[in-house]
Amino acid sequence: MAKDDVKLIGAWPSPFVNRAQIALNIKSVKYEFLEEKFGSKSELLLKSNPVHKKIPVMIHNDQPICESLVIVEYIDEVWSSGPSILPSDPYDRATGRFWAAYIDDKLFPAIRGIGTADGEEAKKAAIEPVIEGLAYLEEEFIKSSKGKNFFGGDKIGYLDIAFGSFLGWIRVTEKMNSVKLIDESKTPNLFKWAEKFCADNSVKDVIPDTDKLSEFAKVLMAKLRNPQN
Amino acid sequence: MAGDKVVVLGTYGSMFSMRVQVALAEKGIEYENKEEDLANKSPLLLEVNPVHKKIPVLIHNGKPVCESLIIVQYIDEVWHDKNPLLPSDPYQRAQARFWADFVDKKVYDCGRRIWATKGEEKEAAKKEFIGIMKTLEGELGNKPYFGGEDFGYVDVALIPFYCWFHAYENFGNFKTETECPKLVEWAKRCMQRESVSKSLADPHKIYEFVVSLKKKLGIE
Repeated sequence: MAKDDVKLIGAWPSPFVNRAQIALNIKSVKYEFLEEKFGSKSELLLKSNPVHKKIPVMIHNDQPICESLVIVEYIDEVWSSGPSILPSDPYDRATGRFWAAYIDDKLFPAIRGIGTADGEEAKKAAIEPVIEGLAYLEEEFIKSSKGKNFFGGDKIGYLDIAFGSFLGWIRVTEKMNSVKLIDESKTPNLFKWAEKFCADNSVKDVIPDTDKLSEFAKVLMAKLRNPQN
Repeated sequence: MAGDKVVVLGTYGSMFSMRVQVALAEKGIEYENKEEDLANKSPLLLEVNPVHKKIPVLIHNGKPVCESLIIVQYIDEVWHDKNPLLPSDPYQRAQARFWADFVDKKVYDCGRRIWATKGEEKEAAKKEFIGIMKTLEGELGNKPYFGGEDFGYVDVALIPFYCWFHAYENFGNFKTETECPKLVEWAKRCMQRESVSKSLADPHKIYEFVVSLKKKLGIE
């Protein structure tokens, strides 16, 4: 491919940004990471994503692409000679997209809900939908991995990226709330998958370390409680 | 494809069901339409969509696909020879996916608030709705369709809301045609396609449905 200019506007703690990074790594695409400063939005971001003003934004040869899952599909289609991210069969693609949407619409908000729940009762109630969601994904893993290491089979695929990008935050939530979400006994396949995913070459430098992310989470919570500071 | 069995679980009036119907009609695919009573969901619906228990569901040769835009993409990929809905260029595809996602994130929820709330909340919803339509109108520009020269994915995603405009306008007290004339021109252009005119619900029936729903929910 002729000289590609790829920039990614993002921030290290964002799982949505991590998705784009992992996809670019899988395709061995070199890119410039433009880190947004926490609490403010750059001119470039506002110009490149005027509709949502959110990260990640990928800028490929001066053309912006927004929304993490749209970016992942775009990367897969442009760098088609690299390892493929989406499965080739339309039914498998639909299934992957379904679960990625479930993660974004239901699972991630539920995980966030644990962190913002006030008191033991509220926390218990908040954990339930997460456990239910993870049970669904355990089932889906068994179906789609067909005995291999990843949702995508032998190698990391679309659903691995969509779900795996949240592992940093899942671990922070477990640590800060003294709860096991991906439980070795209840979701043994997800437990093994999580370790393999995070150790993969395309992922290992992307998903933030739990301690570093916990520190950030504390800063974030403080900011949410005191927006002026 | 010979021997394909396609079943759609949906409800009359659902914009999401209509997307699937428009897409199937664009591709000339025959299917069995099963009308669901959402107050009394069928065992089949609960079986094929256990996670969300929602319509629409497309069942292709016994295998279910859920979520309207995912279904539309599936239809486009399986029956790829006729009337492609997504463009072939990756950047154009990304733009189409972005805008369909925008429609999903914004239109339904805001539209609902117009008829389901009152006073200041309703006014705010109406203003927001007009803003959303103006943004979409901006994206349409001078193109005949969101897909460019050809009717495409974003057109499918948005056009079913057109039959709800009459209800939104009545409850919100505004006219989309006044606020966004180009968008209404686009909608009328889409309605000239048989796939759309045969799939969209009657706006007056939608209005009556909202009136009775408001009564049921106890909203003034």
